[in-house]
Amino acid sequence: MRKFSRLSRFNIVSLALGLAFLYLPILILVIYSFNASRLVTVWGGWSLRWYHEFFNDRAMIEAAWMSLRVAVSSATIATLLGTLAAVALSRGERFRGRTLFSGMLYAPLVMPEVITGLSLLLLFVALNAERGFWTVTIAHTTLTMCFVAVVVQSRLGSLDRSLEEAAMDLGCDPVRAFVAVTLPLIAPAIVAGWMLAFTLSLDDLVIASFTTGPGSATLPIRIYSEVRLGVKPEINAICTLVIVLIAVVIVIASLASKLSSSQGENAAPL
Amino acid sequence: MSGRRIFARPARFAAIAPYVWMVLFFLVPFAFVLKISLSQTAIAQPPYAPVFDPTAGWEALKTALAALSIDNFRLLISDDLYVFAYVRSLTVAVTATALLLLIGYPIAYGMARLPKRWQAVAMVLVIVPFWTSFLIRIYAWINILQHDGLLNQILLALHLVSQPVVWLSTDSAMYIGIVYSYLPFMILPLYATLAKMEPALEEAAGDLGAPPWQVFWLVTFPLSLPGVGAGVLLCFIPIVGEFVIPDLLAGSNSLMIGQTLWLEFFTNKDWPVASAAAIVLLVVLLVPLLLYERLQKRQLEQGR
Repeated sequence: MRKFSRLSRFNIVSLALGLAFLYLPILILVIYSFNASRLVTVWGGWSLRWYHEFFNDRAMIEAAWMSLRVAVSSATIATLLGTLAAVALSRGERFRGRTLFSGMLYAPLVMPEVITGLSLLLLFVALNAERGFWTVTIAHTTLTMCFVAVVVQSRLGSLDRSLEEAAMDLGCDPVRAFVAVTLPLIAPAIVAGWMLAFTLSLDDLVIASFTTGPGSATLPIRIYSEVRLGVKPEINAICTLVIVLIAVVIVIASLASKLSSSQGENAAPL
Repeated sequence: MSGRRIFARPARFAAIAPYVWMVLFFLVPFAFVLKISLSQTAIAQPPYAPVFDPTAGWEALKTALAALSIDNFRLLISDDLYVFAYVRSLTVAVTATALLLLIGYPIAYGMARLPKRWQAVAMVLVIVPFWTSFLIRIYAWINILQHDGLLNQILLALHLVSQPVVWLSTDSAMYIGIVYSYLPFMILPLYATLAKMEPALEEAAGDLGAPPWQVFWLVTFPLSLPGVGAGVLLCFIPIVGEFVIPDLLAGSNSLMIGQTLWLEFFTNKDWPVASAAAIVLLVVLLVPLLLYERLQKRQLEQGR
């Protein structure tokens, strides 16, 4: 009897409804970004007007540029630190303060952003640090390295350790065995971690609001202050551009992971 | 010689940089929150007193220490505004998490029943909206829910309502926004446990004569409890402190604690009270946070 392992009509309906729920609002937003009408809800034909408007909005462009710079630098530092943390957690069985270490790495994943943002701001104020690009980058690195650590750690955990051991039996020292054998195998997870960190940073409003200074707003901060004042069609266009950018990053990263998975077997799906 | 032992040492060195970073930018900041929550509001830069000056010497430090007080915490307890904000945050989080579980479970269940190849596709489809900006997804709902938005246009065209319904700035809008944003966080851990489950167990229960609802309730659901736990905690904790969704979608009459904290900080510039509110929020969340950490650890150990 295979009644329970097969897909039932109920399964198909709930899946279809679930995916529709997840995608329809985004789809509607993208379609309306090409709306010629000034009224957001009245369809006035196709137009690129709001994209044009965005590219002439200096403040928005500056905010977008700031966001991109922060996202690239924080994702890169976070990937380095997060990968090291993942290695330490899954390979260094016991070291002093391990519990505290893993606690600090998991807490930011679920901690309300308001608390993380507030605490970092108070630190920066106490240190008299000038707030702007670097403080936001540090804040985002702290948050996103935890996500990188989780992604890389789950890949390390599912890896066959005998490969590393074989390399060491053949005379590699541990560091070389890691670089030559393990690193290529976990490369897709590292790429996925970087992407995740990049998009999280690009997305973050709350922590950036706390840790940035006057004159260096990120794109979400700008969008947020516009949205609070009411719906503007220009925002639809900006949002669509952000969605396209993230889609491009995902495609590139999944191509990269395919490439490395054709070299090493059983790479993690993104 | 076991590879595990050889590896222990360099792996420990790998911990140094991330360890120092997390202590510096995650742990130490909480000391500052705690200190400022015990300070008084001041019209100065920074807007609190006392400020410790490490160069002023031991006596100055002692006077500064003596100036610390728990007045801010007293204020939080005595002020109805804050008590309501905490209660509302918890109520919203419980309701939203229950909704997420109800909506997310059938989706995760459907995913786990797909043929293996399609499971990977479904997983990517669930993750992609999560990669899409949070703010943008909320904004998309404003477009749909506003007075002359798409939802009201459709309802009017179908003659289901005779005049536009107020959706935006209501609790329903807020719940839609929360469920929408957190759905992937609920689906993914549920799917992970459901996909690992042995289908033979459900089949055996069926063969022994259990009707489908009993199979689900007595076999499937209990076996999926680790996923339920992870999903619930992953959604519940951040929702309690949620700021953006209630701010943009809910009405302005009753605030959640995240919003209250934000207002206190940015609008009233009362940093000490905001810090005290953050400490209380953290204490409220400490139990679920510790539960989450324990669950996370156990799952990683199982996955090994």
